[in-house]
Amino acid sequence: MIHKFTMHGTNIVLDVNSGTVHVVDDMTFEIIDELGKPDEEIIEKLSARYSSEEIREALIELRGLQAAGQLMSEDIYEEYLAKNPLYNEGQPIVKALCLHIAHDCNLRCRYCFASTGDFGTRRTLMPLSVAKKAIDFLIERSGTRRNLEVDFFGGEPLLNFDTVKQTVLYALEREKETGKNFRFTLTTNAVLLNEDHKRFINEYMGNVVLSLDGRPEVNDRMRCRADGRGTYSDILPKIKDMADSRDQDNYYVRGTFTRENLDFSKDVLHLADLGFKQVSVEPVVAARETGFDLRHEDLPVLFREYEELALEYVKRYSESRGFNFFHFMIDLEQGPCVIKRMKGCGAGHEYLAVTPEGDLYPCHQFVGMDQFKMGNVNKGFETDVAICDMFRRENIYTKAECRKCWARFFCSGGCAANAWQFNNSLDKPYDIGCNLERKRVECALWIKAVESDPE
Amino acid sequence: MKHIKTINAPISKKDIKNSGCGECQTSCQSACKTSCTVANQKCEKR
Repeated sequence: MIHKFTMHGTNIVLDVNSGTVHVVDDMTFEIIDELGKPDEEIIEKLSARYSSEEIREALIELRGLQAAGQLMSEDIYEEYLAKNPLYNEGQPIVKALCLHIAHDCNLRCRYCFASTGDFGTRRTLMPLSVAKKAIDFLIERSGTRRNLEVDFFGGEPLLNFDTVKQTVLYALEREKETGKNFRFTLTTNAVLLNEDHKRFINEYMGNVVLSLDGRPEVNDRMRCRADGRGTYSDILPKIKDMADSRDQDNYYVRGTFTRENLDFSKDVLHLADLGFKQVSVEPVVAARETGFDLRHEDLPVLFREYEELALEYVKRYSESRGFNFFHFMIDLEQGPCVIKRMKGCGAGHEYLAVTPEGDLYPCHQFVGMDQFKMGNVNKGFETDVAICDMFRRENIYTKAECRKCWARFFCSGGCAANAWQFNNSLDKPYDIGCNLERKRVECALWIKAVESDPE
Repeated sequence: MKHIKTINAPISKKDIKNSGCGECQTSCQSACKTSCTVANQKCEKR
């Protein structure tokens, strides 16, 4: 399978199974569609516009790539999977936890998937005893994995920061006796962010995600307090200070766009203009009835936004004022291995979420759905293997849509929570999400193509 | 090549056998939390 597209005048051909990306001239771009035919037929068809000598040259080059397994290469992975399952049986090997350190929030963001912080349950803070049990659970369930991750999430984790601190110190203590290597991250709305938080976060957290949606009016329309006041003017200085204190690295300023700001590229560029070098602005996950949800009729506008953003992104890099946009970052050489590309995020087996009560769920987005409760860290280290199996048996070949999709090795099958929310099935990816992901991958490949040929 | 410029190396059969150690970062921990973004993750072995 191949995927060919033209963006901003550059013709790009992706060989899906080998992951090889080719930039081709206009003539070769046309010839690729004819490759199954005899040479003479191809030459005759294109002879009005190209010389037979040029066509023959391109054919030789294309057939050379085919022979080298870099064009229309066969899929060797499905057969490999049949002989080598991607998962172990029985209890899962867990390597990452999302700790819902506070099921409470000091904001009432209108698009919040966590029902404004409490995930539809009681407003609670995670006791230290539960957080410690979660760390014990992670160590116990991680098998031979050395690198373990803990994300402090919410709600708003700064509402329970003393527990964050104590949990980090406890994990580091246990790290010494177990030989594990803990990596910590924290996601915050920055309203309470102070010097004490900053010092601790900078000392212990490998990454910090700071929520800000972009332009003042866009941010304040969605990210507001209980009394309806916006947050932009209060949080911006704190977020800037935090980013600068980390030398503009190992953080993300992270926004969400909705149907109300389809021109989200302006928000991305607003954040870049403020001096942020690590930016992620992502599509909302919202139910239809909210009115914030992205719809099929919005896709042409959103595609154009991504393409224009890519153009400006490259321009700014060429002017030495570039920034990283999370969804345009793609690593064609040193990126994830092919096994990871087939199985995706690991929700439900490698990655679990823990509520303040100690309940385990497949990921933060499943929290509060009773049928997905997988166990409780206060009641031992066992999880519900049947739920775990639902998730770990999924891969890009178990999903009919992914089997047909050229982007499957980049997105790895999409978000399980999105699939469940929109299609009530882990096997049916969320179509709008897929469409946006494909466009982002095209933009990312185009950026790589431009980088490879600055002329 | 005159008509084609290839910008990266292919994934080979050898890569499959050396993959899947599971030591890399979980994709949703990096920034997204709402969308599966795997292709920008780093491999711990390389």
